[in-house]
Amino acid sequence: MAKPRTHQFDTLTLHAGAVPDPATGARATPIYQTTSFVFPDTDHAAALFNMERAGHIYSRISNPTCAVLEERIAALEDGVGAIATASGQAALHLAIVTLMGAGSHIVASRALYGGSHNLLAFTLPRFGITTTFVDPRNLDEWRSAIRPETRLLFGETLGNPGLDVLDIPRVAALAHDHRLPLLVDSTFTTPWLVRPFDHGADLVFHSATKFLSGHGVLIGGLLVDSGRFAWDAADARGKFATLTEPYPGFHEMVFVEESTTAAFLLRARREGIRDFGACMAPFTAFQLLQGIETLPLRMAKHVDNTRKIVAFLREHPLVGAIGYPELPEHPDHALAQKLLPRGSGAVFSFDLKGTREQGRRFIESLKLFSHLANVGDAKSLVIHPASTTHFRMSAEDLRKAGITEGTIRLSVGLEDPEDLKEDLSRALHAAGKA
Amino acid sequence: MRVRVGDYGVYAYTGSRLPDRTAPNIVFVHGSANDHSVFALQSRYFAYHGRNVYAVDLPGHGNSEGEPLRNVETLADWLIAFFNAAELKEVTLVGHSLGSLAVLEAAARHPERVSRLALLGTAVPMAVNDQLLAAAAANDHVAFELINGWSFSAKRLLGGNPWPGMWMTGQAMRLMERVRPNVLYADLVACREYTNGLRAAAGVWCSSLMLLGARDVMTPAKAARDLTATLRDVSVVTLDCGHSMMSEQPDAVLDALREFLR
Repeated sequence: MAKPRTHQFDTLTLHAGAVPDPATGARATPIYQTTSFVFPDTDHAAALFNMERAGHIYSRISNPTCAVLEERIAALEDGVGAIATASGQAALHLAIVTLMGAGSHIVASRALYGGSHNLLAFTLPRFGITTTFVDPRNLDEWRSAIRPETRLLFGETLGNPGLDVLDIPRVAALAHDHRLPLLVDSTFTTPWLVRPFDHGADLVFHSATKFLSGHGVLIGGLLVDSGRFAWDAADARGKFATLTEPYPGFHEMVFVEESTTAAFLLRARREGIRDFGACMAPFTAFQLLQGIETLPLRMAKHVDNTRKIVAFLREHPLVGAIGYPELPEHPDHALAQKLLPRGSGAVFSFDLKGTREQGRRFIESLKLFSHLANVGDAKSLVIHPASTTHFRMSAEDLRKAGITEGTIRLSVGLEDPEDLKEDLSRALHAAGKA
Repeated sequence: MRVRVGDYGVYAYTGSRLPDRTAPNIVFVHGSANDHSVFALQSRYFAYHGRNVYAVDLPGHGNSEGEPLRNVETLADWLIAFFNAAELKEVTLVGHSLGSLAVLEAAARHPERVSRLALLGTAVPMAVNDQLLAAAAANDHVAFELINGWSFSAKRLLGGNPWPGMWMTGQAMRLMERVRPNVLYADLVACREYTNGLRAAAGVWCSSLMLLGARDVMTPAKAARDLTATLRDVSVVTLDCGHSMMSEQPDAVLDALREFLR
């Protein structure tokens, strides 16, 4: 009986996209730290510029080190390809501007990273793109927010910071009923915990700064295309003119004709990366490749440590609600069991009982948990969202996003869990005396 | 461009160019459960280098209407009907896999319409694995998985795409997943039941190119030996790749075609 020849996830984290360097035999992917690539002759150069030959021209558009990373994340997400960007924010921006222009509309989950909320709520409206924010758990809100000019639905696999689990299958089905794509921010989960394409999402992006990199040393983003969305379907015709109509900026190219499965990525690279220029540096791509090589090992340990920390906090008298979907009282517990069988990640929030001063004392008393604005580091991190990542949000928006004055967000790292528990215990004790 | 062949609309990629009636024509024909986009780079090159390009979507594939045609002889006749609909008097034919059989048969049936013939990833007869055929008959996704596993050389199953940022096995899978139920099965049956290959080869009068993959397990290079021996004026180029040669070695495929059409 013949079996399909495929490679498993752990193998892909090490090998996908990479071949030993043809020039030197180097096993690790080299850092191609170069701006440009020499053309063999003028005909070859012209063919590269006109997408008649494969290859690299200028590292803003593509770079061999970045290309390995792009293939790797595409393989891990089961997509058709990817584009590495300067940051997760750049990846989100690239996805949006590739699909739409002024007059367009987005329906987005209300439980978003503060930076994404800023982009959608305050910045993009200046350019004529508006967003309606909805309760990610309320499918009726998603549905009723869709307008004729809507071009995208968007949410996070695990909402920030309350860990609302996005019901990807149902939101994707709703999007597809309206001939719209679903974009998912999978930063908190990585493909090791969930592959949104398996559940119907059409586009995925990561702040690769976080768990994919895993060591808190870089800023980067990745935008991945499933290749499944039919941009030119008869009942969607006209909605995605950037992909289905001739583009004067590239020889009247019609992207869906050029590539049946990767029209979105073609336009994103040939316009978005070319013109907006938020590309990834090759050294960043190299570091990300190193991070991804250990992604399965790290994520397993992150999740294991997080479960121990959650269990510890749950018993502490100064700790109120804990927003972790593996707990039975979390409103998305059943959904998390279905979509995230390997675990609900390593970032979660809890409410510290007491005053704002006690919250301050808690954070400042921690020794192993670092107080900073990041998640997904190998080292454990802590932050107070109301005064930092989400400080621009109104009290009402904070409430809707599930954030209180006492909300503390932890990103659990790879330290010994007993040491982490002791650190938290000491800080909680100090807070209790404040 | 779109034309009508019989009762159905047909799509052909032209590189977004209008035809120049004084320029030579080149028609690309894809393989099973594929469409015009498998020739994306090569067809675009020729569209911008003095040729009218028509990378067709076969009936029931891609953006063409109708049902898939169930045998190679019918596909060959359909190609001629397409030439007529597109007002192409004489063409160079480039076919991959199932498409290679269709263009071979068309060149034999209508030698006056075909000036050159390029057969990519070809074999005569073109055997089809029983398990693959059974999976295709059942519209089982395993059929696509088997094809993907066999269509790329072992090292390319892990990527290393010359086209930056694209995961080629993912693209190949998505392309196959887009076809309607029973299309793959119809295509594979057409490949397997085609028995006229060597007779057709004997009836080809134009120059031919055979482009073979040294690591092709779908249509192994050795399965093309009889065809090579039968074609009158043939050149053979063997590339270090599997069956999906346009993805694995896009530039080498293009260079071989350029040399052949020089």
